[in-house]
Amino acid sequence: MSILIDENTRVVVQGITGKEGTFHTQQMQEYGTKIVAGVTPGKGGITHLGVPVFNTIEEAVKKEGANASIIFVPSAFAADAIMEAADAGIEVVVCITEGIPTFDMIKVKTYLKDKKTRLIGPNCPGIITPGKCKMGIMPGHIHKPGTIGVVSRSGTLTYEAVHQLTKLGFGQSTAVGIGGDPVVGSTFIDILKLFNEDDQTEAVVLIGEIGGTAEEEAGEYIKKEFKKPVISFIAGQTAPPGRRMGHAGAIIAGGKGTAAEKMKVLEECGVHVVKSPAEIGERVKEVLS
Amino acid sequence: MKIHEYQAKQILSKYGVAIPKGEVADTPEKVYEIAKNIGGKVVLKAQIHAGGRGKAGGIKLAENPEEARKVAEHMIGMKLVTHQTGPKGKVVRKLLVEEALEIERELYIGIVIDRSKERPVVMASTEGGVEIEKVAEEKPELIFKEYVNPATGFLPFQARKLAFKLGLKGETFKLGVKFINSLYNAFQATDASLAEINPLIITKNGSVLALDAKMNFDDNALFRHPEIVEMRDIHEEEPLEVEASKYNLSYIKLDGNVGCMVNGAGLAMATMDIIMHAGGMPANFLDVGGGASEEAVKNAFKILVSDPNVKAALINIFGGIVRCDRVARGIVNAAKEVKLTIPMVVRLEGTNVKEGKDILEKSGLQFHVANTMKEAAEKVVSLIK
Repeated sequence: MSILIDENTRVVVQGITGKEGTFHTQQMQEYGTKIVAGVTPGKGGITHLGVPVFNTIEEAVKKEGANASIIFVPSAFAADAIMEAADAGIEVVVCITEGIPTFDMIKVKTYLKDKKTRLIGPNCPGIITPGKCKMGIMPGHIHKPGTIGVVSRSGTLTYEAVHQLTKLGFGQSTAVGIGGDPVVGSTFIDILKLFNEDDQTEAVVLIGEIGGTAEEEAGEYIKKEFKKPVISFIAGQTAPPGRRMGHAGAIIAGGKGTAAEKMKVLEECGVHVVKSPAEIGERVKEVLS
Repeated sequence: MKIHEYQAKQILSKYGVAIPKGEVADTPEKVYEIAKNIGGKVVLKAQIHAGGRGKAGGIKLAENPEEARKVAEHMIGMKLVTHQTGPKGKVVRKLLVEEALEIERELYIGIVIDRSKERPVVMASTEGGVEIEKVAEEKPELIFKEYVNPATGFLPFQARKLAFKLGLKGETFKLGVKFINSLYNAFQATDASLAEINPLIITKNGSVLALDAKMNFDDNALFRHPEIVEMRDIHEEEPLEVEASKYNLSYIKLDGNVGCMVNGAGLAMATMDIIMHAGGMPANFLDVGGGASEEAVKNAFKILVSDPNVKAALINIFGGIVRCDRVARGIVNAAKEVKLTIPMVVRLEGTNVKEGKDILEKSGLQFHVANTMKEAAEKVVSLIK
């Protein structure tokens, strides 16, 4: 087992004919992901990278049985793309796009309330279930199948953590980048709930960063309901207050959202918190031995 | 993005938020003219992107236009140090000249996006004129909140509830409701991330006005608000950060002496952190983007070497899909072009990492190659000591 995606996932790529869409579709195909359709409004009818392109997601679902979508649409149109996928009944939507206005995301979250769609991102590297399916922009080769679940607000820092795990012999059940924006489709808690029910996952690495209170809320959930060990690193211990550290959501505002506070709460909730990003893999090894 | 108080008031007034009579000036002469037009007592308010101006001497009262000119002569060009500016302070370039009002009550009203609830929240408090974080800590029961349903927008009854809780009555109640509604409209229409009126005042004759105003905006939404982008004041920003923004680099200057260049925001923060754990202090946050293109690396080097505090630099690139040999070639070319003289520790990871390291070591430049983040951080700190 794994969470969210596996070898049966049938992926449609929104924005498949663009530069990013084209490059990463090729990468996903090489990894073995079943890309069954692409959507670019106005380009329906052509074939791109051996994949049929449609004008709407609805057609991609009807004709090719797509059940998951990955979005490479520019930020001004990405919210619309997410809602179109949800309207067509897509179960898992991964939005890679960075720079979506917060008010657009608030609208999206309201729209998704009565839909069955689970949104991952935006502004994220995507999801990978090693050896089975890659829906994202992460380097596939650093991952290997295994029992560690990974959930993170970051991109390259997640690769760093996964790389440490793989080098020490710990494969991953699924790695999920939930995104660096203030409002994201799925929170740490949403993903932890899935890992809690997943037989393959033995432990979880949770990578947080400054800004907001998602890590603190995850801590409370872990304390109450989570059955597996969690190892965590919080980025931004040296970040100054009031400054946005690259990610739209990474900002200490009004004294809230500091790394120190998050680390303290997580520790109090029984999470194994490492201070240095170099210790993530080693701590997993310690906890599991 | 941040703007000045006078700019926030210009925006708010367009949406029907009541503000005091006033105008902005950058010379004592203009201050005199404005004060003359207003007539009577005026308040001179230093325009800088930081709070705490009153206590630091950035807000002064003048009895008449002549006195206003004298006070302005002293204030324009002064360095204002408040608890939010840092020890370096900020130079005052503009003054907002406003009518002096007779204040009956000072209240608070603010709007932000509540990240956990994923919707805007309108907050009102009877404790105006003090820091709201302090009120939230000491008397949270005096902060009243109304969450905005994104499907309906802010509703009239919510504005009424807040106005009643603030104890407004009669004509002042009506003005208060209109004020709160107008403020919310301005917040939503401009994609603001913060709209804060502290204090909101009730004058002796019962009018409701924004005595101070602060607005921040969602950077991701600026593409649809060119009029707000025009309000950017680069004097308020760190010169190197302005330079970096021209290259579309995400850069923040800090106080340490270990420069860093990283691909990805999370890894960049983590790199700063590990420098601290190794006993050094980071000089900056710098994200060259996931792909770490040669162009981005070159521009990043230019920024790094322009900071005189930087004594050594740590380059941490997790290649990912981008091949390390390509990244390494980019680093070498960029370093040669920018004529780097500071020692540099490079840590590369990803595909073709061996080829990448070879290219760095044979470049004839001052590169120290490290295999892990920890090793890189320890090396770069030891180079400084």
